[in-house]
Amino acid sequence: MRLIVPLQGVVQGRGGLFVGSLIPCCLFYFLQLYLKRRRSPPPPDSDSTELPRTSSRSSLFTRGNSIGRVRVSSRASPLAKPPDSPYYIGLDRVKTDPYDRVTNRDGIIQLGLAESTLCFDLLQRWMSENLMDSLMMQSDVDGGFDVSSIAMYQPFEGLLEVRVAFADFMSRIMGGNVSFDPSNMVITAGGTPAVEVLAFCLADHGNAFLIPSPYYPGFDRDIKFRTGVELIPVHCRSSDNFTVTVSALEQALSQARKRGSKVSGILFSNPSNPVGNILSRETLHAILSFAQEKNIHVISDEIFAGSVYGDKEFVSMAEVAASGDFDKSRVHIIYGLSKDLSLPGFRTGVIYSFHEDVVSAAKKLMRFCSMPVPVQRILISLLSDTRFIEEYMAAHRQRIRDKHFLFVEGLKQLGIPCAESGGGLYCWVDMSSLLTSYSEKGELELFEKLLSVAKINATPGTACYCIEPGWFRCCFTALADEDIPVIMERIKLLAESSTS
Amino acid sequence: MTRTEPNRSSKSDSENSGGGGGGTTAMRVIVPLQGVVQGRGGLFLGSVIPCAFFYFLQFYLKRNRKNEPDSGEPSPDSDPSSGSPDPTRSQSVGNLTELASLPRSLSRILLSPRLSGGAVSISGRAGCGLKGGDSPYHVGQKRVEEDPYDESGNPDGVIELGSAHNTKMDWVSEDPGEAISDGLCMSGIASYEPSHGLIELKTAVAGFMSEATKNSVSFDPTQIVLTSGAASAIEILSFCLADSGNAFLVPTPCSPGYDRDVKWRTGVDLIHVPCRSADNFNISMLVLDRAFYQAKKRGVRIRGVIISNPWNPTGTLLSRENLYALLDFARERNIHIISNEVFAGSVHEEGGEFVSMAEVVDTEENVDRERVHIIYDLSKDLSFPGLRTAAIYSFNESVLSASRKLTTLSPVSSPTQHLLISAISSPKFVQRFVKTNRERLMRVYAELVKGLKELGIECTRSSGGFFCWVDMRGFMSSYSEKGEIELWNKLLNIGKINVIPGSCCHCIEPGWFRLCFSNLSERDVPVAMNRIRKVCETCKSQN
Repeated sequence: MRLIVPLQGVVQGRGGLFVGSLIPCCLFYFLQLYLKRRRSPPPPDSDSTELPRTSSRSSLFTRGNSIGRVRVSSRASPLAKPPDSPYYIGLDRVKTDPYDRVTNRDGIIQLGLAESTLCFDLLQRWMSENLMDSLMMQSDVDGGFDVSSIAMYQPFEGLLEVRVAFADFMSRIMGGNVSFDPSNMVITAGGTPAVEVLAFCLADHGNAFLIPSPYYPGFDRDIKFRTGVELIPVHCRSSDNFTVTVSALEQALSQARKRGSKVSGILFSNPSNPVGNILSRETLHAILSFAQEKNIHVISDEIFAGSVYGDKEFVSMAEVAASGDFDKSRVHIIYGLSKDLSLPGFRTGVIYSFHEDVVSAAKKLMRFCSMPVPVQRILISLLSDTRFIEEYMAAHRQRIRDKHFLFVEGLKQLGIPCAESGGGLYCWVDMSSLLTSYSEKGELELFEKLLSVAKINATPGTACYCIEPGWFRCCFTALADEDIPVIMERIKLLAESSTS
Repeated sequence: MTRTEPNRSSKSDSENSGGGGGGTTAMRVIVPLQGVVQGRGGLFLGSVIPCAFFYFLQFYLKRNRKNEPDSGEPSPDSDPSSGSPDPTRSQSVGNLTELASLPRSLSRILLSPRLSGGAVSISGRAGCGLKGGDSPYHVGQKRVEEDPYDESGNPDGVIELGSAHNTKMDWVSEDPGEAISDGLCMSGIASYEPSHGLIELKTAVAGFMSEATKNSVSFDPTQIVLTSGAASAIEILSFCLADSGNAFLVPTPCSPGYDRDVKWRTGVDLIHVPCRSADNFNISMLVLDRAFYQAKKRGVRIRGVIISNPWNPTGTLLSRENLYALLDFARERNIHIISNEVFAGSVHEEGGEFVSMAEVVDTEENVDRERVHIIYDLSKDLSFPGLRTAAIYSFNESVLSASRKLTTLSPVSSPTQHLLISAISSPKFVQRFVKTNRERLMRVYAELVKGLKELGIECTRSSGGFFCWVDMRGFMSSYSEKGEIELWNKLLNIGKINVIPGSCCHCIEPGWFRLCFSNLSERDVPVAMNRIRKVCETCKSQN
């Protein structure tokens, strides 16, 4: 009796017999219905029951309409539909009518995509000087160019040279306090596959990661789609400047476990995307000891590690893990060159893991997303050119700082504040003063207005699972200085029209 | 005893309830169904419903936790009440206590999350992937990596006849650096370009594919999605066409890579449909049909059939009739066809006519076209495996738009795209390239077949692809898979030749091997033959 109390009241009470039997029956009926829906429905009768009986007869009718259209899998069908996240809607809209300073002054300005054009001049120079040599590396050795050096199958996880170059580069941009071991490293075709592969290796279908929100809106697609791993947002608030606390993590974890979902890890980005704040050494310590206590993994996405422009020092999770107090094997780091070297087209990502099994499983999965060898050749010489890298990184940081200052100043003049940030190619803007209603609906209305009236694509906080409405992520590094007044003007007009 | 009093033991419970019969015991515990039990349904319904309920729950759990090793099993000591000695307990009680034990054992795990204390565990599926490294296919590859044959540098090394690379085409005699830097203006490399390929590249690829099929059909660039390599192309298609737990039919012998590409991450199963040497390894529709029904009987849902054309590993071409029969089969069963045409440009037989599935469905109605998906690999036909670029060509709009989104997870990088655009945009280059490639393959193949014949080894007639399918049944110590692996071991260790044994290709008959000749130059053929002879002689002397 103590075991199953749920309907006792009903049975003993007024409902009596009837309700007491009706409710379990209903429940069972719905369970069946649910199961049926979960298992994609069998093909229409026309082919499943009729055809098998007499295949000769069916072939007479094949041209008729007895044959339905062939179905795609139920996991692909939501993919085939147009996206419903404002993040992707905005990106798609910009493609239809992109702003151009000269040719299309009324187009939509892109503030939704974290890419940087700030140091193109430097990259351009390097490419024009060194591209040929880097591809033809082998030519010095035997006099002639040997195409097999770039054309052959090479180890999927990346050539050893490229991993060594990456290890040097990463420790350089992370302040030189930490060294990376090339054998713990797997090179992938971009940060997106790196995240997915890690999710595959660390969690089974139906498991979950805790992720401090607001978080990068792309994770939803990158992680959940194929791996079946859930993301459980751990809400952070503006009063803490959106920094995650251990007590919030603890609470989310115990809630998740109460619901019966198994949490396999914590995933966060540092510098955080979309806020841009940098996690302090203490916070990292706290997160790692929390993970150790609960025996879960820690995935630190440090793809913006080299795009730090504030006064605050960036500390890599690798450094904290190596400090000796922790079991390192639960720490996994994601890095890439799309942001820090402004080379998104190269599709370069790195998985750095202290767990041997994760490294070897990831190596095998690289058959699906390995980096082409010609690209590896270019990167080897690019990353080993330390003089260039030094010059580039200094310029990169300085130019982000300047652009950030200009952008934030412009917003401040309109009375729009930004969250305090020290890294990343974006800032986290509080537009709650422009909201017609302080709610998610109000925020999406503002997003729509920004997009179609002001013609600005910024990512709304709802796409990042922010619980406070009115925040927007604005990426400023692809803007020219003269674009910033245009944006401010557009926002100003919008603000005036909404208040009047 | 009041109803809220704690349940001390089921014995006292049944005494208190007065009747002492099994039914009443059940009643005390199963409050939700009390009404049913007391009502007209009585004992029967009262026990059938929970039973059914529990059965479906188990079924559901099983389906959803397939990969978890320790899924829904209650721990042995989980529930004290299930160990209750009361002999009068009815079946429904038994079921129910088990039912109750499920959530309880779970909650116990939650209570002690630190029970493992030590190392953090990785996911079950990654663990499975880890173990998968010891098939002969991968062992052989590893050996070649460690000790590769080189005519001058390492004449005792292992000759690679295992993986289907084409290494002897030096197509980039034109300056590759120039090609890349032409394309690599800064906007080209540094901004986010569509991960499924630039339209310029798609157009070029469409042209190249048409050329490879001798212009019998024109490909529509908008139906192409580019991915990083054929492995990810197959994986993406598997994702889009089948759900986890569904299956594809694969006539065997098949490409050894499918086990990884299709099954690993997608959860899709492969059902092998054996073809036999008596039929010259041709697909028989009857066998395909039977496999379909057997799977269906077992409750496995078949979503499609995977074919390769030219056939990997036998090298035969599928005739137009074959393709029509397959299409009819797919139409009747309402399933998809994945046609793997990665070797389309490498048809080396004189007069061998390659018919693309695209050509067959070109004139068909939309309903039929939508079930056809073609995989094409640029790195094979262009002899540029390091490029890792493949294409999905599909007539199905949903599949295309889903796979476009999935390509962010296996994108083609911009430098690669620009390199390819400049390389294959020129029709003259493409024509010349395809022609030279064919001629070279033809020569090496002829040499190889001649050499094998001299040793008394037969192979099936290969018309396309980089390989031939060799019958070494006569050299096995025993006619079994074990004998085949032994022979493979000898070839690798004594002969220092890496070939793929038929068991890797899921061939049902032992003793067949796949030899890839595209890695060989004509000069290497006699070396390889000598080594095979050595192995054959040791086999013969033992026999």
